[in-house]
Amino acid sequence: MSARIVAPVVMGLLMLAVWEAVVRVAEIPPYVLPSPLVVARTLVDDWGMLAPALWVTLKITLEALAAAVIVGVLLAVLFSLSRWVELSFFPYAIILQVTPIVAIAPLIIAWANDVDLSLLICAWLVAFFPILSNTILGLRSVDHNLLALFELYGAGRWRTLIHLRLPAALPYFLGGLRISGGLALIGAVVAEFVAGTGGNASGLAYRILEAGYQLRIPRMFAALVLISAAGIAIYLLLSLLSHLLLRRWHESAIGEDL
Amino acid sequence: MHLVAVRGVSKVFANGIQALDSASLDIGQGEFLSVLGPSGCGKSTLLRLIAGLTPPSAGTIEWPKGKPDLGFVFQEPTLMPWATALANVELPLKLRGVARHEREARAAEALGHVGLAGFERSHPRELSGGMKMRVSIARALVTGPKLLLMDEPFAALDEITRRRLNTDLLELWQRTRFTAVFVTHSVFESVFLSQRIAVMSARPGRVLSELAIPAPYPRTEAFGTSADYAALCRLASGRLAEAMATEGAAA
Repeated sequence: MSARIVAPVVMGLLMLAVWEAVVRVAEIPPYVLPSPLVVARTLVDDWGMLAPALWVTLKITLEALAAAVIVGVLLAVLFSLSRWVELSFFPYAIILQVTPIVAIAPLIIAWANDVDLSLLICAWLVAFFPILSNTILGLRSVDHNLLALFELYGAGRWRTLIHLRLPAALPYFLGGLRISGGLALIGAVVAEFVAGTGGNASGLAYRILEAGYQLRIPRMFAALVLISAAGIAIYLLLSLLSHLLLRRWHESAIGEDL
Repeated sequence: MHLVAVRGVSKVFANGIQALDSASLDIGQGEFLSVLGPSGCGKSTLLRLIAGLTPPSAGTIEWPKGKPDLGFVFQEPTLMPWATALANVELPLKLRGVARHEREARAAEALGHVGLAGFERSHPRELSGGMKMRVSIARALVTGPKLLLMDEPFAALDEITRRRLNTDLLELWQRTRFTAVFVTHSVFESVFLSQRIAVMSARPGRVLSELAIPAPYPRTEAFGTSADYAALCRLASGRLAEAMATEGAAA
């Protein structure tokens, strides 16, 4: 367990040290490549501006993820209950998934008058598919004999769903959730990039664009660090959630300590 | 009067495979019947038809005294991995709307009967293969069924575990006298357990002959090593060989 934490941390510190050394020795100017220490100082100095931007991006990400969970699971359940609903709607879910978000973001921004709402829709569009497809897979991957057993004891569709299909789908759903967590952040950032040129949003992506125009490269790096940190935090939190829910019974979580 | 009468039942699956061809079989109240046959002879299909899990293509399944409560034990333990042993055994009661307090008590009792007292809070993955099968049997018996259908329940277990489960199953049967239908491809198992063996042939699957095993109960390890047992096994093996020869002739 300790090796799993120590090894990447040592590696990271080593890389940062090399980076710092290269920048100093080669005297690379900060507007080309700022050293890690400069980035860290910028992070502290610009915190007053970056923290609210981080909050805006995080808020959209979490809202989009929540919406993705609700819509994804509801649709998956609906699909699993009716073959016809699934046959009719699933292809469109795929179309939504394969259309690049950058390409439809301007349209969504034009349609939804509210910037926050359009960002939310974009991030949600990117995030919901893994949850949908994984949950459908899970709902279908139920032991056939267990289904027969439920039938034998006269459990209807509803109770089979609650007591059998949903618990059986949980590991699959959680796998999808981990992917969607990262995608929601990417969706939020991409949408901000597209919408940010309009000048209304103030998330981290907009701060990166703005810093780019002003050639404040250290601030770009600082915002980038925050986005990565947010992504890592989301991933770790969702992994922890998954571990807590599955540790008693699912092979993926057994013998593994976080 | 019979508990269930299978009359000329055929089953053709959607893919065209004929699993059963006018199979007939009477099952008496309280008896221990084994269905013996080579793999692919439609034994499992017959069991699923009796359970009502799949409808026959032709023929009828009659219940002269009405269809009783029945329990089913699959070849695999078929437990819900997320639920404790107790919750797994509780399931049939839960699906019938029995109140929590009562179903917990009855499930704990059923686990006790299969020798798993103290394992109520264990999850399936913490149990051995034999213990999982015991949980599965407890779950099938928790409703107090009149008829217990078992589909090669011990086929995946090692010899030692299997023998112990056979003995314990007989003990349970003698205590509560449910009607047992035990599907197996093992001659030794069928002779050891049952009062009567129905021998099936494959392609098409039908009941070819029946064989009574008159040995008295309780049957212990001593019976399993007796000359009587060996003779009966030889007899049953002969019948099974006949059944398989029929299959060759048909093919």
